[in-house]
Amino acid sequence: MSDRVPVMKIGDVLLVSIQTDLEDQTVLDLQEDLSERIVAAGARGVIIDISAVEIVDSFVGRMLATIASISRILGATTIVCGMRPAVAITLVELGLSLNGVRTALNLEQGLALLRASRPEPGVRP
Amino acid sequence: MTSETGAQRLHELLTGQRDEFQAKWIRSVATTLRGRLSEAELHRELGDLYDALTGAIEAGGLAGRGSDFGEVRSLLVELSRNRARQGFTPTETAVSVFALKAVLEPSLVGDDAAVGSYLALARLLDDLGLFTVEEHARTREEIISSQAEQLLELSTPVVKLWEGVVGVPLVGTLDSARTQVVMEKLLQALVDSNSTQAIIDITGVPTVDTQVAQHLLKTVVAARMMGATCTISGVRPQIAQTLVALGVEFGDIPTKATLADALRLALADADRQRRLLAEGTL
Repeated sequence: MSDRVPVMKIGDVLLVSIQTDLEDQTVLDLQEDLSERIVAAGARGVIIDISAVEIVDSFVGRMLATIASISRILGATTIVCGMRPAVAITLVELGLSLNGVRTALNLEQGLALLRASRPEPGVRP
Repeated sequence: MTSETGAQRLHELLTGQRDEFQAKWIRSVATTLRGRLSEAELHRELGDLYDALTGAIEAGGLAGRGSDFGEVRSLLVELSRNRARQGFTPTETAVSVFALKAVLEPSLVGDDAAVGSYLALARLLDDLGLFTVEEHARTREEIISSQAEQLLELSTPVVKLWEGVVGVPLVGTLDSARTQVVMEKLLQALVDSNSTQAIIDITGVPTVDTQVAQHLLKTVVAARMMGATCTISGVRPQIAQTLVALGVEFGDIPTKATLADALRLALADADRQRRLLAEGTL
């Protein structure tokens, strides 16, 4: 019943592209999968693309913030990208501001932002 | 004198002298409209209506609101709508129907039965005439509400100020409905133009109340959630004083006194971001 959201790995970035409207269980599964994958892959960044999501409720909104906090603790920066205007309006009306979650207009900008924001100690390649 | 024989008599009369009555009707309506509708159009409209009316009287008698008059009513709806759009008054629309009375009048005098027939016809046409007035008013209402909507759309332009920077110059009184439209259009523009900076300029807004301020704040937060930065500019001294007096907190939302300042800030931000991105993609 509960479809798992695929987590893809590109270099040291994990890409989560959410293609369906989210159910509570799906989000909980994603949280679990993602935290394990971050550790297993030693990921430095997580991008959650929600451009295909049309409906977001307060639970999902809060879970996005939770996922971001979890990955920060595990040493990865989370960027939520592609939020639709209607979704943003809904979240604001619900009183959520997703504080602490970094956002980008689309996947391309999200990736670029992630690369730019990463501190690169030592020698540059 | 039953209504059935009345209807029968009317039907005979209407079919018997169809061409003559139609021509007279069209002529008399044409004089009331004073050439604002083409002869051919009038001919088609009233010709169709005449035939539908004849058919309906034959089938359903004189009950103008009955199911047999469906076609007549839909023709009247069309007629009223056209007239309303072309700016005719409701009276002019209704007179188009009433004029048929005067056309039939000379043929309905004489015997006793004629009085009954005439009264029946008068009642029927009054009913249909009132129907056109109703329809006329409804169409005007529709036109007015769609114009109000268009006005709302027109009054909230979202302009591209620079590559990656969009602006919304707001002029006039802001109410909740308008701020809502601004919010939706701005957010959509951010997505469409792939812009990361937005400026809401309220130089032309005379007053801001708590509700409007709340809406503006929501817009900024929503834009931030989508990955864009929103600046509010053109806050007049009076408005700033009001907002503080009302206890509205703008928090960490950037506000500027003039559009120029906001643009400078946005460009600097956009530039910084571009540089960061360029470094990052190396």
